[in-house]
Amino acid sequence: MLTIDNLHANAGDKAILKGISLTVNAGEVHAIMGPNGSGKSTLAQVIAGHPGFEVTKGSITYVGQDLLEMDPEVRAQQGVFLAFQYPVEIPGVTNAYFLRSAYNELRKAHGKEEMDPMEFLDLMEQKLKVVDMDPAMLQRSVNAGFSGGEKKRNEILQMAVLEPKLAILDETDSGLDIDALRVVAGGVNALKRPDNATIVVTHYQRLLNHIVPDFVHVLAGGKIVKSGGKELALELEAKGYDWLVGTA
Amino acid sequence: MNAPAATRYAEAFGQLDTAAAPPWLAALRTAALAEFNALGFPTTRNEDWHFTSVTPIADRTFRNATSTGTPTAAEILALTVGDASWPRAVFVNGQCDPTLSTLGALTTAGVRVSTLTAAIKDTPEFVADHLGKLATFSAQAFTAFNTAFAQDGLVVHVPRSLVVDLPLHIIHVADAQAAGCMLHPRLLVVAEPLSQFNIVESFVSLNGTEYFTNAVAEISVGDGARVHHHKVQRESTEAFHVGTVQVSQGRNSLFHSFSYASGAALSRTNIYTRLLGEAAETRLNGLYLVDGTQHADHQTWVEHIAPSCASRELYKGILDGHAHGVFNGKVFVDPEAQKTDGKQSNHVLLLSPTARVDAKPQLEIFADDVKCTHGSTVGRLDELALFYMKSRGIGDENSRALLTYAFAADVLETVELDALRNGLERIAFERFTHSTQL
Repeated sequence: MLTIDNLHANAGDKAILKGISLTVNAGEVHAIMGPNGSGKSTLAQVIAGHPGFEVTKGSITYVGQDLLEMDPEVRAQQGVFLAFQYPVEIPGVTNAYFLRSAYNELRKAHGKEEMDPMEFLDLMEQKLKVVDMDPAMLQRSVNAGFSGGEKKRNEILQMAVLEPKLAILDETDSGLDIDALRVVAGGVNALKRPDNATIVVTHYQRLLNHIVPDFVHVLAGGKIVKSGGKELALELEAKGYDWLVGTA
Repeated sequence: MNAPAATRYAEAFGQLDTAAAPPWLAALRTAALAEFNALGFPTTRNEDWHFTSVTPIADRTFRNATSTGTPTAAEILALTVGDASWPRAVFVNGQCDPTLSTLGALTTAGVRVSTLTAAIKDTPEFVADHLGKLATFSAQAFTAFNTAFAQDGLVVHVPRSLVVDLPLHIIHVADAQAAGCMLHPRLLVVAEPLSQFNIVESFVSLNGTEYFTNAVAEISVGDGARVHHHKVQRESTEAFHVGTVQVSQGRNSLFHSFSYASGAALSRTNIYTRLLGEAAETRLNGLYLVDGTQHADHQTWVEHIAPSCASRELYKGILDGHAHGVFNGKVFVDPEAQKTDGKQSNHVLLLSPTARVDAKPQLEIFADDVKCTHGSTVGRLDELALFYMKSRGIGDENSRALLTYAFAADVLETVELDALRNGLERIAFERFTHSTQL
């Protein structure tokens, strides 16, 4: 589904990613771990098309297409979804309107009719259950005044509505208490299907108790320094990152 | 080169029907004309007009509006925002049209409301006691101009302790007959202590003609009274508009002003309030949305005279094309006005590289125990927010439109009248997204 080959990316003049290669197949869950500043959030954002980063070398192929040639909205319409580490507040636009706009753009991109507001509300009723969210949240402005946990839940709600092929969760666990973590992880697991894939970017192992990865990659200094199975996360939890960072 | 204003408008003044005016009113008008003649139109050398040149107004000689057209109520309501069932006073080309006005419900509720012409006849002492007392014209050319020429208007007297839920909608309509004319509507509101009243003033145009509206409102908010004044300026984009709202506030009173400006080639709105009684509160909010070559200027002036008063001010502007926005927020704190709590913000979104804004906060503080802050930003759409929307599949154009609307949303939320807030949200939403579904 996703093939990243020797990816280099800069923020301004600063090189952040220095040769990442990674293959993600349908049905797989990959965890990207690493210390602060290793480039793991940058990798997530580059896949989604963040305009603040420039790819200087390498390629990303997504379902056979050149992902780097696509605008961010096209990537989203083609099934790429990034759950933001810091979801953006948009006062004045209701969650309901925002979700419906996004959902209808997706339908239009696939040659389907737009869904009317009433029909959409029915759909939302099911989706809200995935993240155990109060329907009243739909009438509030997108993320405005939401607590940290509510913002992360809202990201997973968007994911539930858009049903991406490739979901990237960028530090979705940061700032969550254990109950919120369980709800968010439960939502992600409920959305898992054999034909989609998930990349979980996280600093800590605890999220991986709930979202169990097939592969764990450690990023340090803009490169993957070690890959392994889910037991690697436990080893990192016990030993920290220092023993690996030295090898970068 | 034009002759001075004095010469040009002497003839128009002579044409006014002043037979019915009592001597005090004739004297007031004559004095106002003399002041207007002495001052002339302000130039950009005048500090209060530094960023707004009224040359297009000064260069023209507008006529008195004589003939009134005959728009229908449906035509007028289609142009306005709000609830069609609100009691209304409709002025067509500056003249009150009783057949289009529906004031019965307010009268039944106990509000004394009548046209200026009728009030001068029926309650001359009340008018004499209040007209021109708040909106003084010394050194105020446009207020002097209005005072000299105002032929019609509305006089509202809200008795003590009367709480009125129904707002009064004053609709100023200019039709094709207004071309080349000047309209000087006048509003006088006296809200007695402990009363509560809502006013909506709409300025609209049936045709895209060129005319000049020079409106003056004076509002006295008694002790413990609460008055909300909403101004919706959606004049013809060929028109010129100057509007002054002059307010005085008693002890523990609340005055809330909301000013929406999207019309006129050149507009200037003055909202001036004097906090005369202790613990009074002022809230001033506004939104200006202009494009093309429009010019929209707001000047607010809060005078903290009494101690322990609060003023809260939030203005937003969205400028496109070659539009020019101006915001000048003056806050004056008298030496007696200790414990003043003032906050002012003006935020502007520029949608094009050729749009321009001049923002000037102006704090003059003569008391030592006060809290006064101001903040001002000018910017473009937030790139991160744009990326967030796009990352959900929403295209560039729609993302920009939604974020532009969102920029205006918080200031629109300050409008407490549901029908007005919803209506303004709808027109702002349609303006940016070209879509009707909010």
